[in-house]
Amino acid sequence: MDKLLFGDNQFFGINHMSEEKARAQAMRFQKTDAIMDVLDTAYDAGIRTFMCTTHDRIAEIVTRVKADPARYGDFTFYPCMPYAHKYANAVTDHGMVGALRNFMPEDGFLATALAGGKALATREVDGIAKVLIDMEMKMFAGARAPVVFMQNVFADLLLGMGFTRAFRIFHDHVVEKYGAQPAYITMNMPMLLDALEKEGIERPIICSNINKLGFRMSGGFDAYLDALKSGRVRAVAMSVYASGAIPADEAIHWISELPGVESIVFGASSAGNIHSTKALVDKYMGVCA
Amino acid sequence: MTQEKLKLAVVGLGKMGLSHFAMVNAHPEVQAVACDGSGFMVDVLSKNVGTPVYRDFDEMMDREAPKAVVIATPSRLHAPMVRRALEAGAHVFCEKPFCLDWQDSDALTALAAEKGLVAQVGYHYRYVGAFLEMKRLIEAGAIGRITHVLAEAYGPVVLRAKRQTWRTQKSEGGGCLYDYAAHPLNLLNWFFGAPAQVTGSVLDSVFSEGIDDEVFSTLRWNDGPTAQLSVNWSDESHRKMSTKISLIGTNGRLFADRQECQLYLRSPVEGLEDYEPGWTVKYTTELTDDRWFYLRGEEYSAQLDEFIAAVRAGERTSRENGFGSAAETDRTMAMIIENARTGQPVGAPPVMSKPEKTARKRWFGR
Repeated sequence: MDKLLFGDNQFFGINHMSEEKARAQAMRFQKTDAIMDVLDTAYDAGIRTFMCTTHDRIAEIVTRVKADPARYGDFTFYPCMPYAHKYANAVTDHGMVGALRNFMPEDGFLATALAGGKALATREVDGIAKVLIDMEMKMFAGARAPVVFMQNVFADLLLGMGFTRAFRIFHDHVVEKYGAQPAYITMNMPMLLDALEKEGIERPIICSNINKLGFRMSGGFDAYLDALKSGRVRAVAMSVYASGAIPADEAIHWISELPGVESIVFGASSAGNIHSTKALVDKYMGVCA
Repeated sequence: MTQEKLKLAVVGLGKMGLSHFAMVNAHPEVQAVACDGSGFMVDVLSKNVGTPVYRDFDEMMDREAPKAVVIATPSRLHAPMVRRALEAGAHVFCEKPFCLDWQDSDALTALAAEKGLVAQVGYHYRYVGAFLEMKRLIEAGAIGRITHVLAEAYGPVVLRAKRQTWRTQKSEGGGCLYDYAAHPLNLLNWFFGAPAQVTGSVLDSVFSEGIDDEVFSTLRWNDGPTAQLSVNWSDESHRKMSTKISLIGTNGRLFADRQECQLYLRSPVEGLEDYEPGWTVKYTTELTDDRWFYLRGEEYSAQLDEFIAAVRAGERTSRENGFGSAAETDRTMAMIIENARTGQPVGAPPVMSKPEKTARKRWFGR
């Protein structure tokens, strides 16, 4: 993994501080050209990895990147799935079972199993999960996608419920079918790490908030530091600036001295912020890419 | 010191119930049980999670005898299920809206009080840092006498004519009023109490058949402000539900939504030294503490954490969002429904008690 990864929240109207800012960003990035301009700036600054949700609009980005291999030879995607809104809408429209049935291949055994209204066998649950993963991965066909993340709302829902076998299904399918490294995003890193280990997943890649203030580090700041020091996790740090509460230089310097943090993911919309973050990561974590 | 874990049953594994289940199941002091009417859900979960999962509520109550329950079933089922749980001596956390008939709400409030049980309703906005700050500022008299209130909620729930679910059936407790407007109304009740009068209410359908997709109303308080309510769940421009309250008073303006609390002060206020005249913005991120587990926002964890803490501490009432306060919101919604149906004002015109006489300086007095 590169030391610095580029995130996508800013492109889709997600801002944890202000709805007004979120709307302004949604307006600015309405056209794919506007997103592409920012990605070009990041790419030209040497940030080669784009960590992105499987939002419909990402498909357009992938198409553009694939269409110009001379320009984007090293452009790498880290897909994060599922894009929850797609499913939430389907569940509202068709109910839980109806929504799942809608996503299964027509006339396949899984559609039939769901239509029957009977209990699902373990094999069928696994099969449904794999179809859903494949559906999310479709837009990345032919692009570089060496690491595949499970999104935090979904991962944390499964974690809380104790449905940890799903982590194993995801892990195995990502490895077997895509030859990629499975990874997980969470707001509860220490708890997730324990759960993954119980499923036999060693030294997982986990992306979580890691910042000096302990902002949204659920499970406790000390538990995060212990996990990082233990060498049991390959961490990707997000919210390193704690939504702007920590000065950039101080934030990156602090992260660079933590063991176990392999990468930082950040989002930015301006060339200034992209270049300054890249310069700080180069300064404190060694030149990346 | 070692206390036994609290046996807590989550009943109803829909949108809210699943997330409640995940949060309480992850709680270090809780032993969770789950219950849902859908065979599919019960089947998939019982094969994949370590928790007992029941399909029948009565069977679950009899066999598990949980000390506390979370009721997250369709709203119509709240009243009978909450009653059953209270009668069994269980502490209850019920999803909002509380009961479709406010008389049930009052009766259950009385029953919970009589039994000395912790009885709470899931109005999670009262645990959002920005709204907590708004409440603190109102109580400190930050913006003086508040006269003008706008309470809004918008989001993308019903965007086309679609399949019926319980959320789209009035008799089940569906509709934009119960689902969306309940939140800003509950915040207004928290700030100002029960309104004296409700007028100008409109409950209109946009895409749905037979239920409201948008809500308008004017609410007035004795010795308090006038509020306009504007709610619409057929608004695709919002990524998810957005609730916001704007207040104008004699000493400034106060705004809050889930993310931030913005205060415009005309003159400084004693006791609020962290606010200067002009604008001050505080963010939920800086106003909120982490809980044991994060799923969709700190407020969801916080409300369950308080409920669990109150039960474990042997308290006999809830710390926030008690049944009585949710019953007030149920009554407010009933006033809006009646006003929209009849077109006649509901309640009496607000009474303003005379302001205390203060020695006023006269223009030409000196």
